[in-house]
Amino acid sequence: MAKVTIDGITIEVPDGTTILQAARMIGGDVVPPAMCYYSKLETSGGYCRTCIVKVTKGSEKDPRPMPKPVASCRTTVMDGMVVENTVSPDLLEARKGVVEFLLINHPLDCPICDQAGECHLQDLSYEHGLAKSRYEFKRREFEQIDIGEKIKLHMNRCILCYRCVKVADQLCDGRVHGVINRGDVAEISTYISNAVENDFSGNMIDVCPVGALTDRTFRFKSRVWFTKPMDAHRDCKKCSGKVALWMSGNEVLRVTGRKDRYGELESFICNDCRYEKKNTTDWNIEGPRNIERHSVISQNHYMSLRQLKIDVSKQKELAEKAHRDKQNTQ
Amino acid sequence: MSRKILLKHIDVPGIRGLKAYRENGGYQALEKALKSMKPDEVTEEVKKSGLRGRGGAGFPAGMKWSFIAKPEGVPRYLVCNADESEPGTFKDRYLMSHLPHALIEGMIVSSFALGANTSYIYIRGEMLYVYHILEEAIAEAYEAGLLGKNILGSGFSLDLYVHPGGGAYICGEETALIESLEGKRGNPRIKPPFPAVKGVWGCPTVVNNVETIASVPHIVNMGGDEYAKIGIGKSTGTKLISACGHINKPGVYEIELGLPAEEFLYSDNYCGGIRNGKKLKAVVAGGSSVPILPGELFLKTANGEPRLMSYESLADGGFASGTMLGSGGFIVMDEDTSIVKNLWNFTRFYHHESCGQCSPCREGTGWMEKLLHKFLDGHATIEDIDLLWDIQSKIEGKTICPLGDAAAWPVASAIRHFRSEFEEYVKNPHSIKDVKHYFRINNLVEQ
Repeated sequence: MAKVTIDGITIEVPDGTTILQAARMIGGDVVPPAMCYYSKLETSGGYCRTCIVKVTKGSEKDPRPMPKPVASCRTTVMDGMVVENTVSPDLLEARKGVVEFLLINHPLDCPICDQAGECHLQDLSYEHGLAKSRYEFKRREFEQIDIGEKIKLHMNRCILCYRCVKVADQLCDGRVHGVINRGDVAEISTYISNAVENDFSGNMIDVCPVGALTDRTFRFKSRVWFTKPMDAHRDCKKCSGKVALWMSGNEVLRVTGRKDRYGELESFICNDCRYEKKNTTDWNIEGPRNIERHSVISQNHYMSLRQLKIDVSKQKELAEKAHRDKQNTQ
Repeated sequence: MSRKILLKHIDVPGIRGLKAYRENGGYQALEKALKSMKPDEVTEEVKKSGLRGRGGAGFPAGMKWSFIAKPEGVPRYLVCNADESEPGTFKDRYLMSHLPHALIEGMIVSSFALGANTSYIYIRGEMLYVYHILEEAIAEAYEAGLLGKNILGSGFSLDLYVHPGGGAYICGEETALIESLEGKRGNPRIKPPFPAVKGVWGCPTVVNNVETIASVPHIVNMGGDEYAKIGIGKSTGTKLISACGHINKPGVYEIELGLPAEEFLYSDNYCGGIRNGKKLKAVVAGGSSVPILPGELFLKTANGEPRLMSYESLADGGFASGTMLGSGGFIVMDEDTSIVKNLWNFTRFYHHESCGQCSPCREGTGWMEKLLHKFLDGHATIEDIDLLWDIQSKIEGKTICPLGDAAAWPVASAIRHFRSEFEEYVKNPHSIKDVKHYFRINNLVEQ
């Protein structure tokens, strides 16, 4: 067991726990955001750098602070470690930088994006983003492609979290898609178009934190916040059969796995459940699903802006100031 | 101060072959190590010698060797990092193409010390001719019984392979190199675990630079204590410096660490002064990723002491007024050089070579390049200087591997020391913009 203090809250966790997992055990505000880490996928995490934290005391044995911010999703706790997340202004500034980097080439096409409302990047930019982009150059663009029969890939929106690659590696046989090219033109793609057809490939859509991978049976049918989530299950030979139905009236618009508050699936579901069973008669409906997320998708979201710690007036002021400054210089 | 160790016999005709190399004292260290020393004794000598990694970071090599995990029944590997691709650095290529057996002897002795029975030389893809030279030399060594099973009757066996990479700068980072060696995409791994615990094929591995490994036989020959006497303070031994830029005599020089920087730059034995009698403007002392220094700060530290070519002296003053010895890529710029243009060129390189794994480096390097291009085009504003500073500060230290730092440091140092030049580009773009240059860079960007 190791004792770790995160933002002044001490918790005892088993050895080998990562800082992020320890923070999730505490819960609340101390949990760093994570865009690429997925607890159910091995070796995920470490790429997006949004979960960076400051370690002010390495351990009881070696109390030196770590020289650089570390990725909390891949750093294991040591006994006596002291971690600063939201209490360190430097760190919040650094995280702001990371969010800005993630957004500079993101198309911000939320109004036409199916992920809007349940998008982690959207939440992240609400919490840590700037009101106005400082990036003034052309954003990079890719063609939209179908990587599988039912999966559409919008590479423009991708933040290269590698989660879908890990799903293909660890859940499906014979991975047929991956990252090609490098640097800022790196893209997720398949060698042969439409090649992703494994029975569990649909989970790529669920693990995608942004709207890069979308379900072609649901695209443009409805905004997610207009649909009603319902817990449901069926006897499935391939998977647990426990899903969330997103309904409008009596119509099942889409089927996804059940996601927890960090957007992680409770269990992966098969493609049959996801794409083929779109009638209420296919399912035993358990009841409405409560979604606990700081996102539009949660009910009454806009009433709790204070909870999100967003000062709307300040953001507005900043935007206006930036606008004025620009006019002055011109 | 002009003692030569590594390049002592460089001018001997036929030194590339085994015969001439042996006639000039080659493979004596191997015989000494295999016949009269234990593996740990070799490591101990290297520790005593104070030899520091010559790849750039300057981490003590003996210490690195002692970190290697030694679980029972698990093979250990030694990998030589010959993926030399830092702009301005070409010392390893020179060493390998002229003295391939120096590296091979070093590999055998080092593998013996570490208990590795398979070792790899990961060579940069563009240096294919050096690859052929090494292959030839390895074949010679196998024939002479210096490689393979039961070397010189000592019972120690070693297989040595040369593996050419695809020519990616990122594969010079040790974990990316290991990934690439295993046949995967050359993306750096997230540390920990460090290669000393989990490296090639998940086994304990040591990755060392070519020059570090080539120095090991000399340490075995002369003894660690004797080697430690060369150099100054904690910077022991000799270092290969690849000097280039606006100097009279560009090339690879072996210097004893602690040589005064002024002597190195102006003496006829070394660089021979600035070309065409121009004045010195700036020096990049250790390959493109270390901070650039203005001429006067390079020759004298902030305290007014003369700067020496050593790890400590060059780092004197931190990044505010110092730099790093790095990999020894010594780039000199005369008074006519544009720092902004040069910086754009460096940043373009890092943008092109970023692996795209973690977001600050993937997005930030491209952003910096575009901003610097804006300066050259004459459209930049004063705020863009601050923006550039802000971007680099948000990349530095936030990335998985040191490429992010390498991209950020040149930008930070150029703004720190040459801010007025950036301002000049903003205020008088037309006076500085050189039309030929403008068309040239636009063509490059389109390509």
